[in-house]
Amino acid sequence: MVFSASRRRHNSYTLAPLILISVNLLLFLTFFIWPAIIGLAYSFTSYTGVGDAPWVGLENYQELIGDADFYAALLRTLIYTGCVVPLMVVMSLGIAYLLVSPYAKGKPIARVIFFLPWLISPIIAGVIWRWLFGENFGLVNFVITELGGEPVSWQSNGDLSLMIVVIVATWAGTAFNMLLFVAALKNVPVSYYEAADLDGAGAWQKFRSITLPAIAPTTFIVVLLSTLHAMKEYTYFVAVNDGGPGTENNLIVQYIYETGFKRAQIGYASAASFVLLLILVIVAVLQLIASRRKGS
Amino acid sequence: MAASRSRTGDLPKKISSSAIMWLLAALYGFPLLWFVVSSFKPGGELFSYPLTFWPKNPTLEGYTDAWTSFDFPGYLVNTMIVALAATVLTIMVSAACGYALAKYSNWWLKVFAGCILATTMLPTETILAPLFLVVRNLGLYNSLAGVVVPAVITATGTFMFRQFFVTVPNDLLEAARIDGSSELSTFVRIMLPLSRPIILTLAIFSFQWRWNEYLWPLIILNEPSQFTLQIGIAGIVGANNVNWSVLISASVLSMVPLVALYLVFQKYVMNADINAGLKD
Repeated sequence: MVFSASRRRHNSYTLAPLILISVNLLLFLTFFIWPAIIGLAYSFTSYTGVGDAPWVGLENYQELIGDADFYAALLRTLIYTGCVVPLMVVMSLGIAYLLVSPYAKGKPIARVIFFLPWLISPIIAGVIWRWLFGENFGLVNFVITELGGEPVSWQSNGDLSLMIVVIVATWAGTAFNMLLFVAALKNVPVSYYEAADLDGAGAWQKFRSITLPAIAPTTFIVVLLSTLHAMKEYTYFVAVNDGGPGTENNLIVQYIYETGFKRAQIGYASAASFVLLLILVIVAVLQLIASRRKGS
Repeated sequence: MAASRSRTGDLPKKISSSAIMWLLAALYGFPLLWFVVSSFKPGGELFSYPLTFWPKNPTLEGYTDAWTSFDFPGYLVNTMIVALAATVLTIMVSAACGYALAKYSNWWLKVFAGCILATTMLPTETILAPLFLVVRNLGLYNSLAGVVVPAVITATGTFMFRQFFVTVPNDLLEAARIDGSSELSTFVRIMLPLSRPIILTLAIFSFQWRWNEYLWPLIILNEPSQFTLQIGIAGIVGANNVNWSVLISASVLSMVPLVALYLVFQKYVMNADINAGLKD
């Protein structure tokens, strides 16, 4: 009774919440809805950024289907995502596990070391690793040659270049995901572990049958966010090797950027953007379905 | 008996856990350490084999070069303006919106909450070209405002505040109403001061996002006098002959403000309840 009365009183306020959300609402309409609408409209034109926007119907999309460069960028994006997401989950969960474990010593200092990469911008993170993996001057090749090996072509081999970006992204992205996992691990009830101890369960068994199920919602969020993030990666590739060698490691956002802003094909780039958006939505929905099915 | 057995049983665990953790810490820390140490080497020593870990002739040459030959002070000021303005605006807008979503129950607020969540699915990258056109048509092209304004709305910030204000008892709001406080003044005088921890956490997050942002400023800023640090540094990386001495020193310098900020406000980042789990 009291509840419903207070609820009714709540509902009688209109002006105050409207004022409170007004700026966010205005920004949302201006910088999300408006661009989304004109982006969709321009994707049916051959607009170049100035002058008229001649209507071309589905031509951009048809061209995109047959565009080898677009497929190459898309494939490279999928390979990159497939490499970086599992590595990211394993590293951030592993480190978070150590940071909440009662056994490891020196955790406060180690935590700061693991967290520092979060402060470093993608450009500089790329530069730091590029410095380490330089072909003719890097420390890694120096150590390899000192040990009697041949210098490795980290820059001129596309797959090795991609591997370095995977390392950079994992190194830089661990901190944030680690925080999420630390929060989740701290929330697992201690009594579960005590009960398992009484049953004589080993560490790995406890991890698999207690920890992993208990933190599943967080794991889902980490996988989802890392996937969406990896699908739109651009900056690390610029910093590590400028998307190279050549255009081999141009990912989909770089492709959109190059066509839209360097070649001024705004219409075509808008079509590519919508395909990316569609892929992101499909990825999110698939992961949501997968996690629901596992949960039930 | 049981206690002593578990204590001796703990020792190998302690050793192995600590060893693995510190091995990983060394792996994560080393690249940055090597980079910072390299910044004190003179230009010639950077590439002279055999490489040594510590500089033989430590120098600040790279730093003075970065400060003078590369327009570091100019980029620094631009980056400061962008990061500070975006942070202040983000906090004000997110706090107001988050409060409305937490404490009022109109149907359109629920719809709007859904819309804001959806913006995480519609990242800048997927509307890059049309967003550029919108900002250009608003006359914000090639201005720092063009970098700041579209970045003010964030789902993360809004939901951090919403989550917090949901935990503030409604009695407090009712008491203020009975005292005749208007809705908006209750928010500004009572609720906003309560949310200090969230303000600080979001401030650090927002400052870091804007300080480190690259792609959007690159698209909006066209004149070197407007460049932010990330664009300036990426310019050295993109040059045909990378000037590593300046590049390394400029990069290290550009990290100093964020690292200092983090060390001061560490607890607000590390204890942040980011279970809303969104990042910008």
